Formats: sequence, C-alpha cells, structure tokens
Amino acid sequence: MDNESTYSSYSYKSSHSRSSRKHRERRDRHRSKSRDCSIRGDKSVVIQAPGEPLLDAESTIADERDDNWGETTTVVTGTSVDSVSNEDLTRITKDLEDSSPLDCRRYISPVLGAVLGLFSLLTPLAFLVLPQLLWRDTLDPCGTPCEGLYISMAFKLLILFISTWALFLRPPRATLPRFYVFRCLLLALVFLFVASYWLFYGVRVLEPRETDYRGIVGYAASLVDALLFIQYLALVLLEVRHLQPAFCLKVVRTTDGVSRFYNVGYLSIQRAAVWVLDQYYSDFPVYNPALLNLPKSILTKRLSAFKVYNLEEENSTNNSTGQSRAMIAAAARRRDNSHNEYYYEEAEVERRLRKRKARLVVAVEEAFTHIKRHQDEESTASSPKHPREVMDPREAAQAIFAPMARAMQKYLRATRQQSYHTMESIINHLQFCITHNMTPKAFLERYLTPGPTLQYLDNNRGRQWTLVSEEPVTASLRQGHVFCLKRLDFALVITVTPLPFLRLGEEFIDPKSHKFVMKLQSETSV
Amino acid sequence: MSFIPGQPVTAVVERIEIQKLRQDGNLILGFSIGGGIDQDPGQNPFSEDKTDKGIYVTRTSPGGPAEAAGLKVGDKIMQVNGWDMTMVTHDQARKKLTKKNEDVVRLLVTRKSLEDAVKKSMNPCYPRP
Repeated sequence: MDNESTYSSYSYKSSHSRSSRKHRERRDRHRSKSRDCSIRGDKSVVIQAPGEPLLDAESTIADERDDNWGETTTVVTGTSVDSVSNEDLTRITKDLEDSSPLDCRRYISPVLGAVLGLFSLLTPLAFLVLPQLLWRDTLDPCGTPCEGLYISMAFKLLILFISTWALFLRPPRATLPRFYVFRCLLLALVFLFVASYWLFYGVRVLEPRETDYRGIVGYAASLVDALLFIQYLALVLLEVRHLQPAFCLKVVRTTDGVSRFYNVGYLSIQRAAVWVLDQYYSDFPVYNPALLNLPKSILTKRLSAFKVYNLEEENSTNNSTGQSRAMIAAAARRRDNSHNEYYYEEAEVERRLRKRKARLVVAVEEAFTHIKRHQDEESTASSPKHPREVMDPREAAQAIFAPMARAMQKYLRATRQQSYHTMESIINHLQFCITHNMTPKAFLERYLTPGPTLQYLDNNRGRQWTLVSEEPVTASLRQGHVFCLKRLDFALVITVTPLPFLRLGEEFIDPKSHKFVMKLQSETSV
Repeated sequence: MSFIPGQPVTAVVERIEIQKLRQDGNLILGFSIGGGIDQDPGQNPFSEDKTDKGIYVTRTSPGGPAEAAGLKVGDKIMQVNGWDMTMVTHDQARKKLTKKNEDVVRLLVTRKSLEDAVKKSMNPCYPRP
C-alpha cells in the first residue's frame, strides 16, 4: 500500500501545473514523514516469514490476538484451543468468586495471634509500671536485686520478640478446612496463662496495693519465663515435630498417572495435604488436557461389523440374549488389531515430533548467531564501515524471533503446548535469555520439556483445592489412609504407608584384614 | 625342583614325544595342564615346593596319546618343542601346546621319581641341586 502511494505521488506531480506544486510537496513531505513513523513503530510486524503470515497487519498489540498464534480448527473438538480457553474462563470466574471472601478469612487467624502475642508481651511491662504509676510513694524501695531482674527481663523480652517475629509472623500460605489444632491449642494456652496471671495480679496486687515491689518484679519475671517456655512448646509442636520422616505418601494424578513419593513426618491430614500441594506445584509436570486421549480411530470397536440375521419365526424368547452372546463371542474371536494401530500411530507421532524438534533447534541456533553483545571498545573500529544499530534486549528479541517463529509454532502445536505459550511470553522469555547471555539450548529448555505447574501460574490468584477424606481431617496420618485433593478437572490421590522400621546392625572390619590371593589354579585340557 | 632366583636351574628330565590325535576336527594331546606364573602356586597339589609356578600335568585322559607316550599325572613340563615352560603364563603354555600346524610335541618333563632314581644310582658323587 505504501509503495502504491509513492507511485501515485510521482504521477501526480508530473501531471499537474506548477502553481500547486508547493502545496503538493508539503503534503508529500508530511506523508513520507508519517510513513517513516509508522514503519519505526511497527518494527516487529513488518518482517514476515515466507508463505504463512504470522500476524495480522495491524496487530502490534499481541496479547489479545494470540488466538491467531495458536492453531484454530474449524471443527470444535475436545482438544482444540477454543475449548481450553473456555475452561480457563470458567476457572477464572470461579476463582474470582471465591477469592474475595478467602482473602478476608486468610488473615483472621494471624491477626488474632498477633493481638494475643502483643498483649502478652506488654503484660510484664504493665505489671511493672502500674504500681509505679498508682501508688509510688508507698512502695518499698528496692535497689540492686530489682535492677538485676530488670536487665534479665529486658533481654528475655527482646529474645521473645525477635523469635516471635522470626517464627510466627509470616503470611500464611494456606487456609485449612478445619481448625489447626496445635495452633489453637497454643493460642488458648497463652490466653489462659496471661488471663490467670492478670487475675492473680488484680486480686493480690492491685486490690490491696501491695508494697513489696521486689515481689512484683519477680512475678513479672516469672511471667516472662513462662512465655518463653510456651514459645518453646510452640516451636516443638508447630515446627519440629513433623521434621522426622515417618510416613511415605504416594501421590498420583488421576488424569495422566504421574506419580511421586514423598516422605513426611507426623502430620494431620490437612497439614499433610498442604505440604503435598506445595510439592505438587514444583514437582509435577503441568497438566495438559490435550495430551490425554488415544485417537478415537483406535478406540472404537466396530461392533457393527457383524450383522445377525434371524432365520427362524416368531418364538424369539431367548433369541435376543442368544444374539448378543453370539455377537460378543464373535467380536472376541475376531482378531483385534487396535493395539497394532496404536503402536504404529505412536511411532509415527514420535518420529514427527523428533523432526520438528530438530527443525526448531536448528532454527533457534541460527537465530542466536545473528546477534551478539555489543562491547564498547568495538564502536571505534566498526563505526565508519558498518553502522550497526545498537538495540536494547526487547528489540533484539523481536528481531531474531521472526526466523524461528514458524518452527516454534509447529513444534508447540505438535506437543499440544500452544495454549501455554503466547507469542508475547515467548518474546519475553527470549529477551530474558538474551539479557543473561544464555545459549539457545538454555532458551529452549522451557519448551522442550513440560515444566512444573509453578512455571505456568500467575501468582495473584489463590488456588482452590478440595480435600476429600473418610477420616476427619484433623486426625493424624496412619497407615492405609487414602485421601483425595480435588480440583475442577483432575484430582490427586494420596496413599499413606509408614516407613519401615530399620534395624541397624554393626560389623567391625579390621583394615588389616583386607588380603587378596590369586584365583584357583585353572586347568586347561590340551 | 625349587630354584634360586638368578641361578641356573638343573633338573633330570625325561624326553616324551606325543603324537597329536585328530578328534572332531581338533588336534588333542589328551592331558590337562595347570600352573603358570599368573596362577596361585599354593594350590598346586603336585609340586614339592609350593612357590613353584611351573606347568604341571594335572590329568591324563585314559587311552589318549599322552598316556600312550608315557606322560604321568604330576609331571612338570620343562620344555615344549624347545620352548621354555618354567616361566610362562598358563595361557602361553596352552598356546605352545596347541599349535595347529604341529602334529607332534616333544616335551621335556621332570618328576620326583626321576630325581630319586638318579640319586640312587649315582650315590656318592651326585651333586645335590
């Protein structure tokens, strides 16, 4: 289109009179300037792979148009991109619905814990300060022993504060369906402690205006000690008890059979479920619904290959059962070649995949040779002859993306991964690899193997999982428990087996006892 | 039959000539050997000195060419067709005995009874080895 306008302006100029030329020249200059601007803005679009146009002419914004990038089929089957995006939509709306109340519920428990913790930390200070404020004159003066107690209390409070911050003030990563028993127990314990101390203080100290200040300081110090011990208990119950492995969990994904084994300690079912999900996101390859089914051509058994003719007359009481039995027997006797077809189809798919992978690898390697990092010392040597344009990583990525785009598209289509990688994400990844001096192989590792699910997640949404279990979820793990973690389209089935009891024996070998002799005389008959 | 390293070995030997027999396409001699410098000399039941790493006859097949030629179990083979057998590996000994283009092997063997016989006959002036 631009070329045509150039032609037209030339002919235009030649055919008209001189008076209007100035006006025309100004207009032409303006038009050519705008043309330059548009070319510079659409740098990513102008390069076209031969044969197949990669993008529409006007789509500089690639995010919303990535349905052109993936393969669109005219027939909507279960494995096309369209249906996957529909599923995504339903999943998004479902997550949006229940993410907002989830956000509020996430923070109730830590807030409660924080309030209680703060209150209990401030209580000893309150115990010390209140007598001073209220009945300072009648207090017995207490010199050195009190100061010693002050110092020890101060340090203990500091340690308590730091360790509480380190251990407990972390944003929670999961909401559990039932109460987290240990945490509730500990919160209740802390509350009980502090309440009883306050009760005692109120009745015995505030009421009669106790004058023995040293006793009061000792009492506050004992509260700090008790808080330290409760924190030790919390550490052991919440963090340490489940560290020693006791059970082996087998986790199997129901849709494609991917399984892993994990060792865990003494946990309740819900805590074990959270732990397994943490590992799931980084260990299990991403669930690709397009990869599941055998092609229908292999699975359908042609039962209608046998037609049964009824040669007798009407008394057909047992004829129907006899008919179906005959058909089943005939079908069983017929040589079933579907395994053969499956085998050859698999081999064919594998071969095609390897070919496309080879093309992709070669294309990427070649593309990476087109750019290299610009060193500042080279600029003086190369400036007069080859004015090389200096690009930032984004432009470099877009420049070398075009020659490999077609091979990449075909490979992703062959491995059914095209829904996970939009063109924008590929260019982003390319830019990332170029910036960090990665080789083509490092760039390709993301696409050649299906990575863990974590790689494809965006982190702003919570993930909703349902725990299905026959036992109450706060019960601790035992041998033979089976529970499920369900999501919309697949589930994880978890089986618990205890780790075997190990009997370790001892054998002492004297290092001087390592002696060797030649083998027995061999006898050869001649 | 022991030897002192560095000193020449002297022994009383008997010359035995064995014709190879063709059986199933192979030329066989009809006895089995044991020993060699790569074997364990302590396992040898026939040697006097348990550090002797020579080649010994461990078994002769009855009716075979070796038995017919007079080879006895427990003989130590000193030479085969002129090749020395006192300092060879087991496999080298086997190869020297089973050369395909030789029809006859001439062995020099020694045994304790030979030594005793010579000692008895040359009683006063027999130099002890």
